[in-house]
Order: sequence, then C-alpha cells, then structure tokens
Amino acid sequence: MDTNDSLRVASLWHSMHAISQQLSPTVGCSGIELLEADTFDLHCFQSLTGTKFFVVSEPGTQHMEALLKVIYELYTDYVLKNPFYEMEMPIRCELFDLNLSQAVQKDRVALLGR
Amino acid sequence: MQFFGGSDVSPSPPAPTAAGHNANVMYMFNRNGVCLFYREWNRPLRTLNPQQDYKLMFGLLFSLKSLTAKMDPTSADRGNLGVPQLPGQGCSFHSFRTNTYKLSFMESPSGIKIILVTDPRTGDLREALKYIYSLYVEYVAKNPLYDPGTPIRCDFFNTNLDQYVRSIS
Repeated sequence: MDTNDSLRVASLWHSMHAISQQLSPTVGCSGIELLEADTFDLHCFQSLTGTKFFVVSEPGTQHMEALLKVIYELYTDYVLKNPFYEMEMPIRCELFDLNLSQAVQKDRVALLGR
Repeated sequence: MQFFGGSDVSPSPPAPTAAGHNANVMYMFNRNGVCLFYREWNRPLRTLNPQQDYKLMFGLLFSLKSLTAKMDPTSADRGNLGVPQLPGQGCSFHSFRTNTYKLSFMESPSGIKIILVTDPRTGDLREALKYIYSLYVEYVAKNPLYDPGTPIRCDFFNTNLDQYVRSIS
C-alpha cells in the first residue's frame, strides 16, 4: 500500500468515524473504537484533539488500548516536541519510528508471555 | 429497479415495552440500498429524518466494507478503494463497537444486509444474525404476497423477530 492509498484510507476512516457518531442510538458517542473483520481487527484511539491512531491486529488480540496509549505518548514526545515537525504533515521523525518499533516489539513479547 | 427506496418504509410502530429487549435498532437493506426493514426497540436519540438515516447507514456500511477489503493484511492484491465488491468477495467486517453501541452486520450472498445495533457489551452476534436471516427466508422470502425489493410488512416476521431479540444476550 503506497502513501496515496494510506492517505485515502486515513481520510475514509476519519469520515466513517464521524458518521458512526451520528448514527448512535444514544447520546455521548465518541466514534468507532474497534472494528472486527474476518481476518483482522482494527483498534482506534482518539485523543482529546481529535487525532486518531489506529492499529490493525490479528482477530481477538487483547490489550491493544494500552499499546495505543503508549503510541500516543511516543507521538507527543518525539513528534509534537520536535521543533522541525510541521503540524498536519506526514511524520518523518527517526526517533519516533525507532521507538515505535521497539514498543511494538515489547508488546509482542509481553503478549506471548501472557 | 428501485434505488434507495422512494416509498416510505413506515417504521412499524415501536414494539410495546422497550424493557426486556436486548437490541436497540435493526435495519435490513437489499443490494440496491433500499431499506427493506427498520425496527427500533430502544432509541432515545434520533439525529436525522428516517430517509436520511437509512441512506447514511447504507453509505457507512458500503464504505466500511470497501475499507476492510483494502486494509486486509492477508490478501495479496486488493482492488482500489471504492470499487464495488460482490457480496462475499474480499474481506468484510462483521461488527464494530463504539462507547455507546455495538453494530453487528451480516451480508447474505444475495446482497441482503442485516444490521443489528445493540449495547456495547454484547458478545459476538454472527449466529444471531444468521438466525434472523433464516427468519427472513421463512416468513418473507417464502411469502407469495411479498414483492422483493419493497419494504417488508409481514406480521409473522415482526412477532418472531421480537421474540427472538428478547432472548439475545
């Protein structure tokens, strides 16, 4: 999947997230948190500013919310606090990528241990 | 061929007593986007008028299916986003959850889509949706007076559905 496709998927997700709030039968809906498909699960986390993080995982994986919160912290540390990062631009910060792979790796090890 | 149902799907009068029903709302669409059936048991908030609500729901499902087909990590070649998929082709989602509701979805090979909106703590409803589809086949598809592609007005279907929904956990 190339960059253009990623952008299309991300913008489609953003709209779907908003529409799902409209269709709620009760008040106070904050959008899709988990989408279960045949071959994967998609977990989504929305920060207070509306930035959405989503993770695609094997069906039935637990504890993805914790991983998403960790990723959010990494985002604030390595991306937002980076003086050269322009808001709303694609993220190209080495430290962010590095720490992200480490966090996912750690989570995978912890998952096997559980 | 009728698209999006010009005629009114008169929502059947809300089932008496919301208490005891475990689902909130149910929709059924055919492959052209006509809303065949809509029933609500517990819906305090209604943001749009019925016709817009059905179109929005259908549109949401169409786009989500397209998104899941594209995002599928197991299949090697995926079509481009927005390419219409046949029922059963490509990976399809079966439910999504928000903090206030859980939506379960099933599409039959003939394109009949069944949607059930329930409490977020509800478990996997795939078997329940299959059973509801079998109720549809029994009481609607086999009904000689039913005209396919038009809204469903079969009393047996309504009563059996209400009974079944009461028993979903």
